[in-house]
Amino acid sequence: MPITEIFSYGFMQRALLAGVLVGVLCAVLGVFLVLRRLSLIGDGLSHVTFGSVALALALRAKPLYVTLVALPIVLLSSLGILRLTDKARIYGDAAIGIVSAAGIAGGMVLAGVSGGFNVDLFSYLFGNILAISSGELLLALLLFFVVMGTVARFYHELFAITFDEDLARCSGIRVERINGLLAVLTALTVVLAMKVVGILLVSSLLIIPAVTALQVARGFRTTMVAAALFAVTAVVAGIILSFVLNLPAGGVIVLLNILLFMLAFSWRRLSAVSGR
Amino acid sequence: MQVDLLKLDNICCSYGGMEVLRNISFRVRAGDYVGIVGPNGSGKSTLVKTILGLVTPTTGTVELFGTGRGEFNDWQRVGYLPQRLRFFNPNFPGTVGEIVRLGLLSAKGGGDPDAVDQALETMGIVDLKKRLIGDLSGGQQQRVLLARALVNRPDLLILDEPTTALDPETREHFYALLETVNRSDGTTVLLVTHDTWSIGKYANRFMYVDKKIVFDGSFDDFCQSDEMTAFFGEHAQHLICHRHH
Repeated sequence: MPITEIFSYGFMQRALLAGVLVGVLCAVLGVFLVLRRLSLIGDGLSHVTFGSVALALALRAKPLYVTLVALPIVLLSSLGILRLTDKARIYGDAAIGIVSAAGIAGGMVLAGVSGGFNVDLFSYLFGNILAISSGELLLALLLFFVVMGTVARFYHELFAITFDEDLARCSGIRVERINGLLAVLTALTVVLAMKVVGILLVSSLLIIPAVTALQVARGFRTTMVAAALFAVTAVVAGIILSFVLNLPAGGVIVLLNILLFMLAFSWRRLSAVSGR
Repeated sequence: MQVDLLKLDNICCSYGGMEVLRNISFRVRAGDYVGIVGPNGSGKSTLVKTILGLVTPTTGTVELFGTGRGEFNDWQRVGYLPQRLRFFNPNFPGTVGEIVRLGLLSAKGGGDPDAVDQALETMGIVDLKKRLIGDLSGGQQQRVLLARALVNRPDLLILDEPTTALDPETREHFYALLETVNRSDGTTVLLVTHDTWSIGKYANRFMYVDKKIVFDGSFDDFCQSDEMTAFFGEHAQHLICHRHH
């Protein structure tokens, strides 16, 4: 089959477009999260997404409504993590751990109540980007513009709190609000990304393109652009490869991301050695 | 009537029941170069953080430019240089130009677009503009952060032990830069340091803080005072004050 024929299928067009949208979002937010040592917030929120999906499936919701059920729950959880860190006087990783455990435990109980793990729940755990519907793609487009528009509007504030919170405060930035905004944007992105790579691998899309870009890019904006390019490369190549080789798309995308990271890491090491 | 740039009234601060600052009251006027010294754990950094609103005092009030700290939002008039960045990641990918530009965030209307280059020029680090901050030495990083603090041409510059990580030569150069900023640009400086000799050399007002204000006056008066002998001992007094003169 000629490679161009792949692009003639409607489901492939939807998968590629949704994959690129999600990849760019995860990469851009990932740069802020990784540098703020909040990488695992994506992991924690993906576990909450699991609980939310189990709830939606127990309620026999249709695929698009599964996303709509998950969105408010994951949003509230992201703010809950910040609240726990702030009010319960515990570190962020412990707060993420509590919310994450609540999500998994809730999901397991709900799955048990509704007759055990079924095919639908597994498709969310491992992702099924080739099954994205037009409605889900529209939702992805909407969320993409909301999240990217917000990042563009608050870019300098997000950059400032990523560099140093105290200095940001002394520039008049309301740090708690910007932290809340970042958590909300991450929650939106995690829910959106679950169809692409699956709940289990969502956090990898947030972390790996960002750390890959950090190996090679110079400058904050450049790092964000590089992270987005790495993510898009892995997503597009991953979807095509998985289709041609009949492999799970989520796994292939993540493995390609790791390959790009290893190449970037090696390139940096070699550059350092040759520069000595 | 000249407005106080900074006014502290009866500031007390405690952490977990332990008193850190007791009844601190003072005013800073335009053009002053105030040096604050004190032993480790004397509450100097807490004092700076209280002024900037990073720490809430147990009692007392802080006014910046005649406005209560809670209502103050004219941050372009205040520059701040910390001892070190609390959250700094050595792999941070920001360039020097990007970091200095961050200072313009508080400027109304986005600030002067040429201000970044001017601040870099003042600090003598134009050639570092495209370098990553994590690739620089401690002295260069402090100059970048000072450029960031000065990019809005603030009326009040607050520095918290800015020379701790610097070698003596770089430290001297740093103090000379501060003196230029104070004398040529009229920027009021509030410098917290453990470097008593440099304070004596450059500041026109000297404060010794040990939870409370022990001394507030000129450095020459401090050299003659009983507090100097009490805190530094006769030998150190001779070394510091003699070197100063």
